[in-house]
Amino acid sequence: MANSSHSKPTRQMEYEKKQHKEEMKQQVITFVLMILFTFVAFGMVIMEVNSYFVIPTLIILAIVQVAFQLYYFMHMKNKGHNMPALMMYGGAAVAGLTIITFSSIIWW
Amino acid sequence: MSTTAAQKGGLGAAIWDYLTTVDHKKIAHLYLVAGGLFFLIGGLEAMLIRIQLMKPDNNFLAAGLYNEMITMHGTTMIFLAAMPLIFALMNAVVPLQIGARDVAFPFLNSLGFWLFLFGGLMLNVSWFTGGAPDAGWTNYAPLSTTSPGHGVDYYVMGLQISGAGTLIGGINFLVTIVNMRAPGMTYMRMPLFTWSTLVTSTLILFAFPALTVGLFLMMFDRMFGAAFFDVAKGGNVIIWEHLFWIFGHPEVYILILPLFGAFSDIFSTFSKKRLFGYSAMVFATVLIGFLGFMVWAHHMFTVGMGPIANSIFAVATMAIAVPTGIKIFNWLFTMWGGQIRMTSAMLWSVAFIPSFTIGGMTGVMLAAAAADFQYHDTYFVVGHFHYVIVGGVVFGIFAALHYWWPKMFGKVLNEKLGKLAFWPFFIGFHLTFFIQHFLGLMGMPRRYWVFLEGQGLEAGNMISTIGAFLMAIGSVIFLINVVYTAVKEKKADGDPWDGRTLEWTMASPPPHYNFVQTPLVRGLDPLWVEKTEGKEGMTPAEPLGDIHMPNASILPFTMSIGLFIAGFGFIYQTDDKTWLVASVIGMAITFGSMLTRSLKDDLGHHIHKEELEEDIKKGVGK
Repeated sequence: MANSSHSKPTRQMEYEKKQHKEEMKQQVITFVLMILFTFVAFGMVIMEVNSYFVIPTLIILAIVQVAFQLYYFMHMKNKGHNMPALMMYGGAAVAGLTIITFSSIIWW
Repeated sequence: MSTTAAQKGGLGAAIWDYLTTVDHKKIAHLYLVAGGLFFLIGGLEAMLIRIQLMKPDNNFLAAGLYNEMITMHGTTMIFLAAMPLIFALMNAVVPLQIGARDVAFPFLNSLGFWLFLFGGLMLNVSWFTGGAPDAGWTNYAPLSTTSPGHGVDYYVMGLQISGAGTLIGGINFLVTIVNMRAPGMTYMRMPLFTWSTLVTSTLILFAFPALTVGLFLMMFDRMFGAAFFDVAKGGNVIIWEHLFWIFGHPEVYILILPLFGAFSDIFSTFSKKRLFGYSAMVFATVLIGFLGFMVWAHHMFTVGMGPIANSIFAVATMAIAVPTGIKIFNWLFTMWGGQIRMTSAMLWSVAFIPSFTIGGMTGVMLAAAAADFQYHDTYFVVGHFHYVIVGGVVFGIFAALHYWWPKMFGKVLNEKLGKLAFWPFFIGFHLTFFIQHFLGLMGMPRRYWVFLEGQGLEAGNMISTIGAFLMAIGSVIFLINVVYTAVKEKKADGDPWDGRTLEWTMASPPPHYNFVQTPLVRGLDPLWVEKTEGKEGMTPAEPLGDIHMPNASILPFTMSIGLFIAGFGFIYQTDDKTWLVASVIGMAITFGSMLTRSLKDDLGHHIHKEELEEDIKKGVGK
């Protein structure tokens, strides 16, 4: 009994170490990707690519970066974030609906 | 240091205690008193409106004053009476129902109340400073942007301040319910009142920003020369209508949903049955909240959005009748075969079902966009929304107050007087508003200060006014009941109704730390689960230990008073720029208070185990 309760923390520590390593790897990858996206975005604007292509691409890149930020750096991919996710998607839906209405009914 | 100091002093100490309190139960008292006061003011305005419309071509109120009266009646009843009364109930009950010792942010809870109160006071100060807002409670541009005087400025600033308070309150309850439930209190074990508070708080979080934005645009148009709603300068008046109703339609669900929750608890308790279709009720509540955001444009069918937009919003609106219907039937089935006790709370609840259903049916009629062109801006609409708001929200507040009064004040409201208040109010309500549907169908437009002779509108309006007086009599009897109960009735025990949920497991009123030990929740209707197993109270989930409680603070009060002063500065700087001094002073008070709050550590205090043991000997917490 005493032995197993003694060894548990070390196993726990090893497990956590592995988890942290994995986490670190993911964070570095997403960080590199985000910098890459930023360069791509800047590059496209500097090279004066057709704005019909640039604007949607920039929006998509921005959405992906926000998702990286939220899910990897702010840990929304981890457990126990259902309620924040629900609230954020709810708020985004309401805001999106407002924008759709304004652009379709009022300003069209 | 702690609240014990105040208990020994006199009136001054009691006032100071309430000014600084962060205890959710005392904030509930504050909300109730302030909301009740504004309810009376709004009611008085309603009586003046009905006296003016008693006979054709009446000159009891001048046309301009009548406009102010209808505007302030609507604004006061929605923002300053119904909202705070709902917050009073939420504050009094929700932390107890989920087994928490306080809300998540007690300081913000207090700030929310004081912001609401000063916003409400600001709105009503306008009566004495040259005219109240007069552009209707919806404050449509360009009527509002061109309204002379400062009335609409008061509307903008007052609602901005009180709206901030409401938003803070909503966020607070959201976090409280998500994070502070007792062990075992899963989402699907929460009482319906807690569930509806959760959904309502979500609606507040998403809906109020639209109002805030709209009010800011209106403020800049009126006070700082912007032109968001000025067509001549390229603005668009329809933007206000959309922003207002993106907020305004969820707002009506914000009003009714908590009372749906309260009715569910009341029906279940007084039928001695578990709520019929609990999960369907939860689902329906969430669905109403969700659909509530997709229907706002049904207030604007006649604006000219086109047939496609009108059809989409018409269908979405009719869809809301489905979850609401689920609720109505579940309440009926809860009573079916139950051991029904017709207490005052139950009486209001039973009366609610047919009254609200009538309002729901006229709602579906109004949702038919083509037909709405006939109903729009007539008394039919007035009849409809008073049936849902009075028949739903006000009946609900009366029912919930009767039900939870012992938990809030330690005494059961007198039952005889309770029923005596109900009958004139109930009969008066139907007299007042049922006939208004027909007045509307006969073509009587809303918001006109007179109607003409010989158009067949005399009898209907007379009946309506008589009904209004009966409602006033009912309200006065309720007030008499409150005083009578405080003076004459004896103290209630912890569980006067043979309750089912956690709030009935403790003394009435509860000690300020609520639970001596956090309870372990073992099912839906946790107290009833224990009762069926022959146990006295809840099984504790923790050993007896020190309890950490927040300290009282005057800062929420000073923050709010700062905004109140600054508001006057913003309103009057259009006349004279020296008024900006008031804005600067007000904002300095507010930001100074915020700075103090940020820099000064306030870690709260502990109630020690020994004190708790003494309290237990005195019979606290059973």
